[in-house]
Amino acid sequence: MFRHISRLPLAALTRGSPRATSSVLRRLLSSEARAHIQNAIDASPLVLFMKGTPDLPQCGFSRAVIQVLDLHGVPPEKMRTYNVLEDPELRNGIKEFSEWPTVPQLYVKSEFIGGCDIVLGMHQSGELEDLLEKHSIIPKADEEAAARATSS
Amino acid sequence: MPVTQEELEAVIRAAIQVTYVNVEDNSGGCGEKYAVLIVSKDFEGKTTLARHRMVNEVLKTQIAQIHAFTQKTLTPQQWEDSQKASNATS
Repeated sequence: MFRHISRLPLAALTRGSPRATSSVLRRLLSSEARAHIQNAIDASPLVLFMKGTPDLPQCGFSRAVIQVLDLHGVPPEKMRTYNVLEDPELRNGIKEFSEWPTVPQLYVKSEFIGGCDIVLGMHQSGELEDLLEKHSIIPKADEEAAARATSS
Repeated sequence: MPVTQEELEAVIRAAIQVTYVNVEDNSGGCGEKYAVLIVSKDFEGKTTLARHRMVNEVLKTQIAQIHAFTQKTLTPQQWEDSQKASNATS
């Protein structure tokens, strides 16, 4: 879906203005491209830019992040992933957008959380669970226990 | 031109005041995959994200040339604590 909205304007940009030097072109993400990425990030509570898909990650780092999200039981309807390998413009654009040199990149509620090292670190320290609970992406542990108690 | 372990370490040392730095080459020699541990008081009062951003900026040129880069950024205090913890368990 992202490919839909991003491909045309991004491609138009890279071929773009002959006056700009190539180094300037590389550094400046067009406001249009930026807006498309922003829309993608805002469209779902949790957004992951990754290599491959959740079912078939094509990089160990992307796989690790998917596994951690899976472990926390992030429901599919609260999460959206974009395969940067299918979209070279997104692959470069997202690095500049986030000012982060590598993929995967995790966003929660439109906020950049980090890449694989940070997500794994937050998972180990418990911060990730807190964050996901705070934004109601996963149910709070005590609420879940209460729900179980009342239903039994 | 592959990025070497020595180059990474030198660039880090030149830009960040380190207590300890360890650059591990996990690529089996091709210079594509590195794991870096940096202990520095420059990290004090910074979130992990801010620390990683700082290192990413310092190693911008190198990271662009390698395939896989993973980093750990600790303050001297965290480093000491983690050493104690691993000594206690071993």
